[in-house]
Amino acid sequence: MQVIGGGTIKTISTDKIISEVAKLCADSNYYLGKDVVEALEKGRKKEISPVGINIFDQIIENAGIAAKNHVPICQDTGVAVVFLELGQDLKIEGGDLYEAINQGVRRGYQEGYLRKSIVNHPFLRVNTGDNTPAVIHLKMVAGENLKIIVAPKGGGSENMSAIKMLKPSAGIEGVKEFVIETIVNAGADPCPPIIVGIGIGGNFEKCALLAKEALLREVGKPNIIPDIALLEKDLLNNINSLGIGPQGLGGIVTALGVNIEIFPCHIASLPVAVNINCHAARHKEIIL
Amino acid sequence: MSPIRLMTPLKNEDIEKLKAGQAVLISGLIYTARDAAHKKLVNLLEEGKPLPIELKGQIIYYVGPSPAKPGQIIGSAGPTTSGRMDSYTPQLIELGLKGMIGKGKRDARVIKSMEENNAVYFVAVGGAAALIAKSITKCRVVAYPELGAEAIHELFVEDFPVLVANDIFGGDLFKEGIEQYKNKNLS
Repeated sequence: MQVIGGGTIKTISTDKIISEVAKLCADSNYYLGKDVVEALEKGRKKEISPVGINIFDQIIENAGIAAKNHVPICQDTGVAVVFLELGQDLKIEGGDLYEAINQGVRRGYQEGYLRKSIVNHPFLRVNTGDNTPAVIHLKMVAGENLKIIVAPKGGGSENMSAIKMLKPSAGIEGVKEFVIETIVNAGADPCPPIIVGIGIGGNFEKCALLAKEALLREVGKPNIIPDIALLEKDLLNNINSLGIGPQGLGGIVTALGVNIEIFPCHIASLPVAVNINCHAARHKEIIL
Repeated sequence: MSPIRLMTPLKNEDIEKLKAGQAVLISGLIYTARDAAHKKLVNLLEEGKPLPIELKGQIIYYVGPSPAKPGQIIGSAGPTTSGRMDSYTPQLIELGLKGMIGKGKRDARVIKSMEENNAVYFVAVGGAAALIAKSITKCRVVAYPELGAEAIHELFVEDFPVLVANDIFGGDLFKEGIEQYKNKNLS
């Protein structure tokens, strides 16, 4: 705490942020969230394909081995996606916040024995060697806390994600059609059973961010808006009727959950983004 | 279906008895390669130069492992998406490559090349990377160390669990599996 003009201002050092980000990078890659483990166990019970059941068994056993031995669940330890909710009354001391996040990622990926998967340029493609830069989303909020969420995202499922600017007349049926088309096109590649994050509304970039944020919500926890919760349920049923199944080898559990976030949009627009997550849906957070 | 055991290098007789859907436990030497290493191998072929590894009878595993912790042979090592290697694969199959291990579908050219040259495509469980690492008993980089995780590694594996996805008789587990379970979800 610093005393300024009679009031006090909470401060956090960049050193603290660096060490917390490093720990979140390793932890998120080693320890699958309880909600995902439960969703996998539920999926295992529901699946009727023998091949699919065997795949569920391997995935569940794998999560146990990773947690016990403190090793990555998947060798693709992803792009480090970092969401920050910065309280407007908080003061950061000791340097640049973005540099601190990248320093934390650098340390976490090095000391955590995580794979470095970032190349410096879309065409030159030289590995940066430390998994930086992270993709950072900063949101200013009320209060004096800093919430940090680290959500490593693998290439396989990210590559199968898609966005479309629909006409408003396409309505809910148009949205459903685009989501199903995206999942069918993705097939086996995003490592099903998947979790589907969907953003509807906003504009082009807002919609994509909504889809990513939807993946941070607990699997199986419905949207608080009843008609959106119903759409989530409908889409989950439709996706699981496609037959794609675990690893795309056939089955009735293609997705473990569908999470939708919505936002107001322009009178002319109906943007939809589908961000697919593999079954290793990883994210860990801390509030400082 | 109970799994059958196969030792590398693979012979034509091994390939001929494999049908899509068959569970297989692979043992012996296999090589790793991803996009960057494939590009380098195919560039060498186009320049008429020799390859750094002998592919005859061999299996390529599409993987870029995470770094090994002290005391580990290899880090986590699950399959990556095979489709990214499709444009390079037929040339390697023509050289005698007998098997590939990855995840996800192959394109029509790769499937045709497998049928014509007696090769199979196996899938391992994407994301089961810590589990798969347990079946790897030796690991060393044999080419392109500058590629880091994407370097070509020589792995010795024991009972590496895979499924035959595409056989030489036109069997395709992706097509058959999806057909079988389409509209079977009743909840």
